Amino acid sequence: MNNDIILAGVGGQGILSIAAAIGLAAVNSNLHIKQSEVHGMSQRGGDVQSHLRISDAPIASDLIPAGKAHLIISVEPMEGLRYMPFLSKNGWLVTNITPFDNIPDYPKVDEILKRVKAVKNHIALDADSIAKECGSTKASNIVMLGAASPFIDIPAAGIEEGIRQLFNRKGEDIVNLNLKAFRAGREYSEKNR
Amino acid sequence: MEKLLLLGDEAIAQGAIDGGLSGIYAYPGTPSTEIMEYVQGSKMAAERNIHRQWSANEKTAMEAAIGMSYAGKRAMVCFKHVGLNVAADAFINSAITGVNGGLVVVSADDPSMHSSQNEQDSRFYGKFAMIPILEPSNQQEAYDMAYQSFELSERLNVPVLFRITTRMAHSRADISRHEVKDQNKLRMPLDPRQYVLLPAIARKNYKKLLSTQPAIELEAEQSKFNAFIPGENHDMGIVATGIAYNYLVENYPNHQCPFPVVRIGHYPIPRKKITELYESCKSLLVIEEGYPMVEEMLRGFFNVGKPIHGRLDGTLPRDGELNPNIVAKALGFPAAGEEPLAEVVKNRPPSLCMGCGHRDVYTDLNEAIKDYSAGRVFSDIGCYTLGALPPFNAINSCVDMGASITMAKGAADAGLVPAVAVIGDSTFTHSGMTGLLDAVNENSPITIIISDNSTAGMTGGQDSSATGKIVDICRGMGVDPSHIRVVVPLKKNHEENVKIIREELAYNGVSVIIPQRECIQTFARRKKTEKKESND
Ligand SMILES: Cc1ncc(C[n+]2csc(CCOP(=O)(O)OP(=O)(O)O)c2C)c(N)n1
Ligand code: SF4
Repeated sequence: MNNDIILAGVGGQGILSIAAAIGLAAVNSNLHIKQSEVHGMSQRGGDVQSHLRISDAPIASDLIPAGKAHLIISVEPMEGLRYMPFLSKNGWLVTNITPFDNIPDYPKVDEILKRVKAVKNHIALDADSIAKECGSTKASNIVMLGAASPFIDIPAAGIEEGIRQLFNRKGEDIVNLNLKAFRAGREYSEKNR
Repeated sequence: MEKLLLLGDEAIAQGAIDGGLSGIYAYPGTPSTEIMEYVQGSKMAAERNIHRQWSANEKTAMEAAIGMSYAGKRAMVCFKHVGLNVAADAFINSAITGVNGGLVVVSADDPSMHSSQNEQDSRFYGKFAMIPILEPSNQQEAYDMAYQSFELSERLNVPVLFRITTRMAHSRADISRHEVKDQNKLRMPLDPRQYVLLPAIARKNYKKLLSTQPAIELEAEQSKFNAFIPGENHDMGIVATGIAYNYLVENYPNHQCPFPVVRIGHYPIPRKKITELYESCKSLLVIEEGYPMVEEMLRGFFNVGKPIHGRLDGTLPRDGELNPNIVAKALGFPAAGEEPLAEVVKNRPPSLCMGCGHRDVYTDLNEAIKDYSAGRVFSDIGCYTLGALPPFNAINSCVDMGASITMAKGAADAGLVPAVAVIGDSTFTHSGMTGLLDAVNENSPITIIISDNSTAGMTGGQDSSATGKIVDICRGMGVDPSHIRVVVPLKKNHEENVKIIREELAYNGVSVIIPQRECIQTFARRKKTEKKESND
């Protein structure tokens, strides 16, 4: 088993929490993991990505080779498209459609979505609205994790355990909110894949 | 022992703690910052009373670590690659004094300049100082090397340079720990004059360093971090250093490279292994993250003998970070990932946070300075450097930490009056203060804006040595108190602040304007913890 996953977004959008939840789940399942993160300058509102690799065999490179990613999880529609050269032919693009517009030449959302829909395997969802229905837009990154989870070779229960571990310190309410968000995202993908 | 999921930086920190560390000294800088932050957050470090406070700059960090080593204890210094330039005087001389307690210097390089002004390769400094260099290829090695590095330093009586690059620093993997070692006891150097680098003693010490070289080479030759990995195809032999090894084997099923490989993680380069490789193969390919240092050494000046490929002959790009695809191409595999992005994908450069005080500072300054000709604002390194980008386009330089004040002075000396410096609080105490003294001593016609947000914002909001001290420092340095102006950078103060800047631009001497408002990121974090603490 090996999954090469690219997480994409804008500095401050919480892609590292997604990576951490999957990472904890992978460690619990005794899998090898490498996860490269972006710290530093780009975190000030620039584009950020994380390469997450999990495998039952040892992993060499911290970076995923181009054309080899099984999955791109993007919390922002334009950012997912930035990493298309990494996606393998049968890979999935799972993206939020709520734009993060902090640049003067941000394109029209319709044009972005047209490109998203041209990707063979894609799921595009309004994670912010789904998260709001679950209780808080802050959980939109975990909605995205839920939506991506059918394409990750770790059972949903394992990822839920990762979420529990990740948010445990913040109290029961936060844990439950995020589990709800995860399940709502997962349900969306199962219905729309 | 337990398994941990750690960043490369964190693995180094944990390895050092477990290896008997007594003190870590550092100044923040991407990608090294998380080493100190991990020690600061570690319960074990608190229990073991390990020193873990930020220093004012890399030089003071390096010197304090030399002092701890003098007293017999194990010390680690951490900074980004350009920090080693700042610490270089102390660093080079620490090889001449030798050590007492183990002394390890971690320098984090940033090839491709993700968050830096250059991509210099710290390994040259290690060679320059004639000391061992460790360069891990994965997080477990980072842990293991840090764990053993103090003993290596004590055994050879020299400091050890620990070189990492961005991907190593900021990539997470699972590591297993070793048994925790005791800290050293306080113990004076055997020779009371070991650290007195008067010429007569320095000459003796230097000869000793030279005579230690064979032992340093032997350690590297026998190190478990260097390996000769046989392969059946002798058309080419490969030398891969640090994480470059991962990019190499990523390209082969089960990570089995068909060519013989020498993998280097401990320098000086292992002469016997490299010689064996050279003699048994028709050509060599050198893959290293950073400058072509090993490649240059193997080629030599005349480049005679078997062909040696790498960054110097274009087999690999001359600059920038490596990745599996770049290495694949050098190995003769087809290129991948080079198709252009969809047109709807636009660049998204970093920018100042909405509500950041630096924004108001630049709005005020741009207004106040518009009557003068353009090109007179010298700036420095920090979040406020983003004022170079639209919509502000407010600054004309960013060279090295502290250079804003001294460059403004030099330009004023040349006749560019008034000249302006914009510098952050942490950068000011890092290395702006001495430049201010130069300016005061000549009463240079410059206006210095110290944009004080009470933190080192760019690197994630670490404590700033300057907090609460800037006005006193400026007074103490001799700035005329009537030209030290503290303002609050908020929209509602715009008119007043513009007026103050105008007055000081017109003043023919040193003035310091200090806009003070906390970084909104650290402010939000502080409020959150305060709320949490009051709930607990
Ligand atoms: C010699 C050197 N050391 C460290 C750094 C990393 N660095 C860049 S900006 C910065 C913090 C600057 O803080 P401050 O001057 O207060 O400005 P702010 O980012 O808070 O606006 C640091 C530590 C560097 N670029 N060069
Ligand atoms: S992190 Fe702080 S100093 Fe940096 S841009 Fe944001 S608010 Fe400004």
